[in-house]
Amino acid sequence: MRIICPIKRVPDTAADKKIDATDNTVDRDGSEPVLNANDEWSIEEAMRIKERDGAEVIVLCMGPEAAQTTIRKALSYGLDGAIHVNDEGVAGSDAVGTARVLAAALADEEFDLIIMGNQSSDARTMLVPAMLAEFLDLPALTYAKKLDVADGTATVQREMPSGHQVVEAPLPAVVSVVEAINEPRYPSFKGIMAAKSKPVATPDLAALGVDAGEVGLGGAWTQVDEITPKPPKEAGEKVSDDGSGNLGAQAVAEFLTKQKLL
Amino acid sequence: MAISFELTEEQAELRRVVRQFARDKVAPRAREMNANREFPLDLVRQMGEMGLFGLPFPTEYGGSGGTYLDLCLAIEELGRVDQSLGITLEAAVGLGAMPIWKFGTEEQKLQLLPALARGEKLAGFGLTEPGGGSDAGGLRTTAERDGDHWVINGTKQFITNAGTDMSDFVTITAVTSQQPRAVTNFVVPTGTPGYTVGGGYDKVGWHASDTRDLYFDDCRVPVANQLGETGRGFANFLSILDEGRIAISALATGSIQGCVDECVRYAHEREAFGKPIGSYQAIAFKIADMESAAELARNQYWYAAWLMAEGKPFKRAASVAKLYSSEAAVTAAREACQIFGGYGFTTEYPVGRFYQDAKILEIGEGTSEVQRMLIARDLGLPPARVG
Repeated sequence: MRIICPIKRVPDTAADKKIDATDNTVDRDGSEPVLNANDEWSIEEAMRIKERDGAEVIVLCMGPEAAQTTIRKALSYGLDGAIHVNDEGVAGSDAVGTARVLAAALADEEFDLIIMGNQSSDARTMLVPAMLAEFLDLPALTYAKKLDVADGTATVQREMPSGHQVVEAPLPAVVSVVEAINEPRYPSFKGIMAAKSKPVATPDLAALGVDAGEVGLGGAWTQVDEITPKPPKEAGEKVSDDGSGNLGAQAVAEFLTKQKLL
Repeated sequence: MAISFELTEEQAELRRVVRQFARDKVAPRAREMNANREFPLDLVRQMGEMGLFGLPFPTEYGGSGGTYLDLCLAIEELGRVDQSLGITLEAAVGLGAMPIWKFGTEEQKLQLLPALARGEKLAGFGLTEPGGGSDAGGLRTTAERDGDHWVINGTKQFITNAGTDMSDFVTITAVTSQQPRAVTNFVVPTGTPGYTVGGGYDKVGWHASDTRDLYFDDCRVPVANQLGETGRGFANFLSILDEGRIAISALATGSIQGCVDECVRYAHEREAFGKPIGSYQAIAFKIADMESAAELARNQYWYAAWLMAEGKPFKRAASVAKLYSSEAAVTAAREACQIFGGYGFTTEYPVGRFYQDAKILEIGEGTSEVQRMLIARDLGLPPARVG
């Protein structure tokens, strides 16, 4: 079994995001970049399959030279190697551009399964997994909160607002996972040490046969025209009570009714 | 420049990972573990999976293939949120596994080290006795040869990691000859008839760590359980303590840094007379002093670890690190409680726990007085006359 784990380098999830005013994209130098948190779940899921059934797990990442550190972080979980599409031309790609590049990187690769986080913490479009499946002409099983792989079939519990659907597809397939699927491990020190010696292929757009005009900011189908920062947090409503609990309870009930929550 | 304070990329990543683990998994439970005096088996096992217990040992023996400094970095980060887990790691590796690694035969290393290095089992270090800790030479536990066995009698006191569900064995010192006096080390597996693990202590701090009294009553171990050369047991164990001081210093550094973390946050949040208390010099200067102590303590244990890694004499630097950082940790924790006022005297915030936990740093693995004595001796001052 060969599994591909697409990952993304994102600004620190905990930090305030800044927007580059010149092109309305996320300022990626504004905070320390980290591995997208959702990708820790996909990596964990791939590692569990590797440990149970044996598999080669390959990281796939599109990004600048500096993304090497994020790739090494992903490899430190125990993955086997990486493909790093290293080309400045991909900067500013939208979801379609990203999926196009990832698909091109996999065109000549053999694999059984692609497991990826359902969204990135910076863009949050949740579009790339389905688009990647479309470009590769593969079935997409999205929002998986449980994944079973057996006899050439992937079966997932697909998270829904009211419960879950059980969906299955023949391999190869694309699976996107949500937080509920597992609790990711911490990298071991051996994994950290081994990460630097894992093989990393570094094709550029030309090597993948991708037309540079179709990706990056210039090739994006979506365009951000204007940005408005979120309004500052308003002070909450304070409720006083005379100690009996009655006044306070009544005020809280009125508040909830006003918000149509009761 | 021959002087460098740069960590390798791998060391920096190890520190990040342990910091994240400490923040996300340990910190939320520290208060409860302290209150319940709970040894957190699940967290210890998780630390094992992360390879923390094998940091300074080669991979052939189940280790992670790192260095003693790597171990210290991990201890500091754990100690920053929970001193009990920090000492559990320090004692497991520095005291439990290290004697096997340094003095074991190849067979003993292959048999005993891997489970310890993977964090599946723990070992204790049985040196201190009821009659004395600093006067470790006055130990009374004996081992007498009887055919293919040694018969051990005596008591050990304040032994870390000897009574958990993961505790596999304890290495001890025992007098094997009175004239001339000879002390030798032995490995005593948990469950050996005649070896009893006591109920522990009502400690002031380190509540989530395991500390036991051990009793040996005609306890028979095979001759193969002798560790190291006959008569070298005391010197061998003291050399373990020399290194351990660097790791204890890392733990103390974590305690000081933890106080800084808590105080900086609180000094922003807490207001008095209409302003955050951090805007008052009385508070700001205390925190600045604390940060200075954290940086100096760290610099000194890094220096001692570097000397050791370079094969240079490091004992004095290790004693300086242990002496300075442990006393600074007590001061930092006391001042942190002062900054928190009444809340500092509760368990609601971590600083009260840091204060409880700090005192033992001045006592364990060589008291402050012992450190001063070692430093003075190293300066060529005349040794104390006994009797």
